[in-house]
Amino acid sequence: MKEYFYLIPIAFGIGLIALAAFMWSLKNGQYDDLDGAAERILHDETDAPIRKTSRQVHNR
Amino acid sequence: MGCCGPGAELALLAPDAGEEVLLASRVVADGVRQTDLSVPTIHCGACIRTIEKALGGLAGVESARVNLSTRRVTVRWHSDRSPPPFLETLKQAGFEAHLFDIEPHDRNGELSELIRALAVAGFAASNIMLLSVSVWSGAESETRDLFHWLSAIIALPALAYSGRIFFRSAWKALRHRRTNMDVPISIGVLLAFSMSLYDTTQHGPYAYFDASISLLFFLLIGRTLDHMMRERARLAVKGLAKLAARGARVLQADGKQVYLPVSEIAIGMTIMLAAGERVPVDATVTKGASELDASLVSGEQTPVPATVGSLLRAGTLNLTGPLTIVATATPDNSFLGEMVRMMEAAEEGRSVYRRIADRAASLYAPVVHLTALFALAGWLLATGDLHRALTIAIAVLIITCPCALGLAVPMVQVVAARRLFESGIMVKDGGALERLAEIDTVVFDKTGTLTLGRPRLIGSGSMDPKAIGVAAALASHSRHPYSRALVEAAADLPPSRSMFDEVSEHPGYGLEARSGVVTYRLGRPEWALASLADAGRTSGDESVVLYKDGSRLAEFHFEDFLRANATTAVTELMNAGILVQVVSGDLEAVVAPIARQLGIPFFAAVLPAGKIAHIMALEASGRKVLMVGDGLNDSPALVAAHASMAPATAADIGRNAADLVFLRESLSAVPQAISVARHARRLVRQNFALAIAYNLVAVPVAIMGYVTPLVAAATMSASSMLVVANALRLRSPRKIAPLAGAEAQLRPRP
Repeated sequence: MKEYFYLIPIAFGIGLIALAAFMWSLKNGQYDDLDGAAERILHDETDAPIRKTSRQVHNR
Repeated sequence: MGCCGPGAELALLAPDAGEEVLLASRVVADGVRQTDLSVPTIHCGACIRTIEKALGGLAGVESARVNLSTRRVTVRWHSDRSPPPFLETLKQAGFEAHLFDIEPHDRNGELSELIRALAVAGFAASNIMLLSVSVWSGAESETRDLFHWLSAIIALPALAYSGRIFFRSAWKALRHRRTNMDVPISIGVLLAFSMSLYDTTQHGPYAYFDASISLLFFLLIGRTLDHMMRERARLAVKGLAKLAARGARVLQADGKQVYLPVSEIAIGMTIMLAAGERVPVDATVTKGASELDASLVSGEQTPVPATVGSLLRAGTLNLTGPLTIVATATPDNSFLGEMVRMMEAAEEGRSVYRRIADRAASLYAPVVHLTALFALAGWLLATGDLHRALTIAIAVLIITCPCALGLAVPMVQVVAARRLFESGIMVKDGGALERLAEIDTVVFDKTGTLTLGRPRLIGSGSMDPKAIGVAAALASHSRHPYSRALVEAAADLPPSRSMFDEVSEHPGYGLEARSGVVTYRLGRPEWALASLADAGRTSGDESVVLYKDGSRLAEFHFEDFLRANATTAVTELMNAGILVQVVSGDLEAVVAPIARQLGIPFFAAVLPAGKIAHIMALEASGRKVLMVGDGLNDSPALVAAHASMAPATAADIGRNAADLVFLRESLSAVPQAISVARHARRLVRQNFALAIAYNLVAVPVAIMGYVTPLVAAATMSASSMLVVANALRLRSPRKIAPLAGAEAQLRPRP
C-alpha cells in the first residue's frame, strides 16, 4: 500500500497546476467574451492571440 | 432592420460628438485614451469584423475590440489629436452606438473574487474527498492519520481563502446584533475544522475536513450564481442608450463656445442647443423656435412648440430647430434633480423588503443553534464525555447547515432569470422576483408603456405611394416624430427619385423644399396651405399635409399605437384576478380612448407627485402594486411601488430604478414576468419543504450520534442535488395561474 503513496503528491500537483491555469485564464480575461470567441475562430485575420497591451504594461 | 446591413434608418447625426467623446473617455496609458461604446445591435461574427475593421481603419485609433457578450466596443486612441469620429463611423457601418460611462475601477471585482473562492474551494474539496474515500473504505490507522493531516493541510488555506466571504458577512451581521445565514455557516465550518484538527492530533477515527470544505463549495456556487445574475442584468441595462445630456455647448462672454459637463452649468449661462440634443437643465428660450419632445418627461405624446420665452424642462428633446437658451436652474434643481429627490423620498417611505432567504434565516439560525446546544448539553449530561458531546453538536451544525437555503433560492432565481432573459426581460436581482410574485395590482403609464410612444402613419395602404415617397424624401430632413413616421412608412415602398435643390425646416410649422421651379411644403395645414383658398378644410389637428405648387397632394394622419399584445396582456392580467389601471401625465382626451379600448380604469393629467400618492394609497389599502412606466415622471412611482417594470426605451433614470426591464416591443412581458415569478415562488417553497423534510430525518440521526463524515458527505450532496434538480423544473413563461377564487371568470380557450 505504502509504495503507492508517491501518487498522492502527483495527483495533488496536477490539481494545483489546473487551479493555477484556471486562475491565470480568469485574470487574463479569457472569459470576458465567450460569445465573441466562438465567432472569432471563423475569422482568418484574427489568428494571433489578442493582448490587452497598454493596460497590462502600464498598470503594473 | 437588418443586422449588418448599411444604415436602413436615416441618419440622425449628433451635431459634433467630439467633446462628448472626450468627456466620456479616460487615459489608460501615456498618450492613449480609451472610450467604451455600447452597440446594442451587435449580434454576429460578421458584426465584429465590420466594426473592428471600420474603427481600426480610422486615423489615430490604436485598437478596437468588440465584446460580443456585453455588446460593447472598446476603442483605444492616441490623445494627441481630437477624438476620431467613432459614432459617425459606426453609423455609416450601420450600427447605432452610444457612449458608455467608464466606471471608476474594476467593475467585476466582487464576481471574480467569488469565482476565485469557488475555484479554490472546488479544488480543495475534490482533493480532500479523494483522500476521504480511502479513509472511508477502511484505511489502516497510520494511513488514516497521514490522510487526515494531508486533508488538514489542504483545508486550512482553502478555508481561509474561500471562507472569508462568509466570515466577513457573518461578522458584519453580528456586529449589528443581527443574524443571517452566514452566522450558522461560519460557526459550523470553523468548529468542524478545529474539532477535526484536534481529533487528528489525537489520532481520532473521524475528521470532518471534507464536510466543511464541500459545504463551502456548495454555498459558494449559490452565492456566485446569485451575483452573476445581478451583474448581467445590470450590465445589460447600463448598455442601453443614455438619455440624459452629458454636457452642453455654453456661450461665453467673449463669444467663444465651450463644451461643459452638465454638472458645471450655472444659472444664467447661455447654452446653444442644436436640434437632436436634450435640454441639459431647466431653461428659457431667448432665441430661435423649435418643437420639443416631452414624451419621456411628462408623458405628453404630441411635441410641444417652443418660441422665445418658453420654459423648457431638463430632459426634453429638441426636435426641429436650433435654440439659444438661458439656464434657470442648476442641474440639482432641475426637473431631473427634483425627480431624483422624489425617488429618494419614496425609497425611504417604502417598507424595507427582506428577502425570503433572510427571513427564513432569522427563523432557522436560532433553531439550528439551539438544537446543537441541546445536543451538546444532553450528551454531556448523559455520558459526561465532553469530546463526544462536542463531536455530536458539530455534526448537528454541519448536517443542518442550510444548503437548501444557500443554494436552492438563488438556483431557482437564476433559472427564472434565465427563462425571462430568453423572453427579453432583465431582472435586477432575486428580491425583485420575490416581490413581483406577490403583486395583485398593476398600474400602467400610457405614453411609451401601453403605447409605443411614437406616432405611426394610419391608412397608408389607401394612399398614393408616390405622394408618400415624396413626403418621406422631404421628411428625411427632419427629426420630428411625424417625419420619422413618414420615413418609416415609406421604407417598404420603392425608393422615390425625387430630388430637391433646397430644403429648409420651419420649426413649429414644417418643411419647405424647392426642386427646380416646383415648391413643396410638408407640415401643418394652416401653414402649408396658407396661400390656398380652401385652407380651412382640415380634419383634426394631428394631420400633416403635402402641398405642391398650390395644390394639396396628400393628407397624412398619425396615431400613437398600442404596443403589440397590449390587449391580450391586459386581459390576461385581469383574468388572473389582478387589478389593472392606467395613470398618465397626458391629457384626458388622449388617455380615455386608449383606456376604453383596453377596458381599464384611467387617471389622466397626473403629476409625478400624484403618481406616488396614487400608489401609496393603493399600498395603504393593502394592495401590492406593480408599476410599469417609462418616463422621467414615472421614476418616483417606480421606486414607490412594491415592484416595478420599465421598457428598454425608458428614461435611463427610470430604467435604473425599475426592478425589471423588458427589451421587446410586446407588452406580454408583464404577464410573462409575473407568471415566471409566481412559478419561481412555488419552487422556492417546495425547496424549503424539501429542506425541512431533510432536516426532520437528518437531525434526529445526528443527535443520536450516528453521523460519520461519510454520512454527512452523502446527505449534504444528496440534498443539494435534490434542490437544484427541483429548481431546473422551472419552465418558460406561460399563462399566469389565476388567484384562488378567480377561476370562475377564467376558462382557457381550447
